[in-house]
Amino acid sequence: MPTAIKIENVSKQYRLGVISTGTLSHDLNRWWTTSVLRREDPYLKIGETNDRASKGNSEYVWALKDINMEIEQGDVVGIIGKNGAGKSTLLKLLSRVTKPTTGTIKYRGRIASLLEVGTGFHPEMTGRENIYMNGAIMGMTRAEITRKLDEIVDFSGCERYIDTPVKRYSSGMTVRLGFAIAAHLDPEILVVDEVLAVGDAEFQKKAIGKMQDVSKGEGRTVLFVSHNMTAVRNLCKNGYILKNGIIDYQGNIDSVIDRYLAEQEERSKIALGAVSDRKGNGSIRLVDIKFTDLQGCSKDNFSVGDEIIIKIKIETTSRFQNSNTSQLDIGINNSLGERVTWLSTYLYSDKIVLDNGYVNFYIPKLMLNEGTYNVNLCSLVDGELADWVGNVAKLHISYNDYFKNGRIMPPNQGYYITDFQISKQI
Amino acid sequence: MDKNGYTEITPNNRLLSLNLREVIAYKDLIYMYVKRDIVTMYKQTILGPLWFVIQPILTTVMFMFVFGNLAGISTDGIPGPLFYFAGIILWNYFADCLNKTSGTFTTNQNVFGKVYFPRLVVPISVTISNLVKFFIQFAIFLIIYIVYAFKGVGITPNWYAFLFPLLVIMSAGLALGFGIIFSSMTTKYRDLTFLLQFGVQLWMYATPVIYPLSTMPADKQWIFQLNPMTSIIETFKYGAIGSGVFSWGWLLYSLIFMIITLLLGTIIFNKVEKDFMDTV
Repeated sequence: MPTAIKIENVSKQYRLGVISTGTLSHDLNRWWTTSVLRREDPYLKIGETNDRASKGNSEYVWALKDINMEIEQGDVVGIIGKNGAGKSTLLKLLSRVTKPTTGTIKYRGRIASLLEVGTGFHPEMTGRENIYMNGAIMGMTRAEITRKLDEIVDFSGCERYIDTPVKRYSSGMTVRLGFAIAAHLDPEILVVDEVLAVGDAEFQKKAIGKMQDVSKGEGRTVLFVSHNMTAVRNLCKNGYILKNGIIDYQGNIDSVIDRYLAEQEERSKIALGAVSDRKGNGSIRLVDIKFTDLQGCSKDNFSVGDEIIIKIKIETTSRFQNSNTSQLDIGINNSLGERVTWLSTYLYSDKIVLDNGYVNFYIPKLMLNEGTYNVNLCSLVDGELADWVGNVAKLHISYNDYFKNGRIMPPNQGYYITDFQISKQI
Repeated sequence: MDKNGYTEITPNNRLLSLNLREVIAYKDLIYMYVKRDIVTMYKQTILGPLWFVIQPILTTVMFMFVFGNLAGISTDGIPGPLFYFAGIILWNYFADCLNKTSGTFTTNQNVFGKVYFPRLVVPISVTISNLVKFFIQFAIFLIIYIVYAFKGVGITPNWYAFLFPLLVIMSAGLALGFGIIFSSMTTKYRDLTFLLQFGVQLWMYATPVIYPLSTMPADKQWIFQLNPMTSIIETFKYGAIGSGVFSWGWLLYSLIFMIITLLLGTIIFNKVEKDFMDTV
C-alpha cells in the first residue's frame, strides 16, 4: 500500500501565558537573530516537553516534539493519549489550521478534518442552506453537494426540518446534520477528533459504521482521536500513544490499547495524595480514598452484593473560604474507560459542608458485575472545579455466589446486576 | 503538490505564494459566503433591506444640515442631496468593506480554528456581498438623479461616467487590500483595531466626500490626490454630475496604488493565515 501521510520530524511549540507587551520584544529579538544575524531562533532552543502537571521554567513549551509517522493508504489509525498529550495539536497540523514549528507533513489527496461537526453553520439559515455552507467550507463544490443532498438528508434523519432554520434544531439534530455532511465528503484522508462524543448511542453506532465503511469499502485513510477505547478498538487497525508530545508507543490497535490501559492502571497505584496530574483551582484537595467494609477494614476486593463504604479524605486549602455550595463526585468507570455509574452529593443536596476530614459514601448493596473498575474523583466549590483526579483507585469485584447457586452473569452481558424473580403465568 | 502527488505542509512558505489558484478552487465557498451574508443580514428585522436605503438617506440629510447649512461648505453648484449622495455611496462601500475585512481573522476564528480553506475567501466574499448594498444605494442615487434631471438642474453627465465599473473595482480592491493588511496585523496586536475604527472616519474627511476638491487651492490639491480614494470619488462625481476634478494621471496613480496594496496584502495575509490560530 502506498503511503498516504508521511510526518517527518514534526514539532510544534506554543507559548504559554498571555500574549502581551512581552510578545513584541520577543518578536523583535527573534527577527533580529534570525533575519539580521542569521542565527537560529533563540526561542526554539528553550521549551520543555509538555508535562502539563509539572511546573516548568520556560515560557515556551513543545506540544509536539519530533513526531515521525508513516500512515498507509486505507489504514485506520487511532491516536490515544491523556488530555494534553498533543493529539489535538497533531490533528490541527494535519488539517492545516496551524503550521508546524519544524518538520514537514506530506500527504496525498484531500484531507477533510472533522475537528468539529457543523463548522460554519449559521443559526439563521435553514438546514438545506447550511448543508451547502458547511459542505463548501469542507471543500465540496456546489454540484457535488447537490448530487449528494438526498443522501445527506437521509443519513442525518432531519428530513422534516430541512427547511427550518438551524437555530430551531435540537443540539443533537445539529450534530447529526453536521456529521451527515462530513460523512459524505469522500476525502482521501479523514481526520476525526472525538466528534462522536456527542449524539445519542444510536447515532454513534451509525457514525462509527459509516467510518468503517469509508475505510474498508473505499480504501480511505482515517485518523481517529478518541478517549472512547471501545470506539477506537472497533474502528482502528493500528494506533499510536502520544505522551507529553512524543510518540510513546505504536503498533496494532489491541496492543496499543492494552498498553495504554496498563499504564493507567500503573498510575492508580500511586497514592492519591501524591498524584500531580490534577485539574481544578485547588481550593479543595482530595488526598485519600479508601474502600472499606462496615467494620471499617480497608480492602480492594469486594463481592457482588457487598456492603461498601467509600471514604474520601479531603483537605481544604487557604483558598477555600466558606462556600455556599460544594459537591463531591465519585465516577466509576469500567476498564475501557466508560462510565458505569456515578455517586454524587449533588444527587441529595446542593449544599454540603466540606471540611477537613472524611466524606463517606455508603453503598448498601454493590450491584456491579465481576470485573475491575476505575474510580475518578471530582469536587466542585461554588460551581467551579476545585479538584479532579482520574483513575485514583481500582475496585475489584468478584462473585461470591450471589445467586446462591454458583452461577454468574457473564461479564460481556453488562456491568449492572439487578435482583429479579421469575414466576410463571398461564 | 509535487510530482508524486504529495501535498506538503511545512513551517515556512515561499514569500511570493499568492495562492490564487486555490482561492479559485473554492469559488463555490465564496458564493456561499456571499449568499449567507445577504440572506442573514436583515433576518428578523422589520424593515429588512430597506435599511440599505435608510442609512445613506439619513446620512445625506445630516450632511446637508451640518456641512451645507451650518458650515456652509460649497457643493460646487450641485443640489445638496445629489452631491452628498454621490460621495457617500462609493465611500460607504469602501469604508464598510475595509471595516469588515479588517476583522477577518478575529471574527472568524471559530471557523478558521477547525477547518482549512484559503482564508482569502472570506474577505473576498465580504467585498462581493457589500456590492449588493452598494447597487441598491446606487439605484436610489439614480432615482434622485433622474428627479433632478427632470427639474432641469444644471448637471452635466459625460462619457467619463463609463469609468464607473472601474471605480467600483478600484474601491473594492483598495478596501480589500487595506482590509487584509489590517486583519493580518491585528491577529497579534489588537491596537490596530482601535486605530482603524476612527482612522476610517478621519480618512473620509481627507477624501472629497462632503466637499468638492475644487474648493481647495489649486497648488495644494496634489496633497489630497495622494490619497488613493480622492481620484476615485472625484472621477465618479465628475462623470455623473459634472462636478469635480478629473485627471487620468491621478486615476492611474490610484490604480497602481490599489494593485500594490492588494499584492502586498495578499502576501502578508497568506503568511499570517498559516499560524494565526496560535496568536489570535
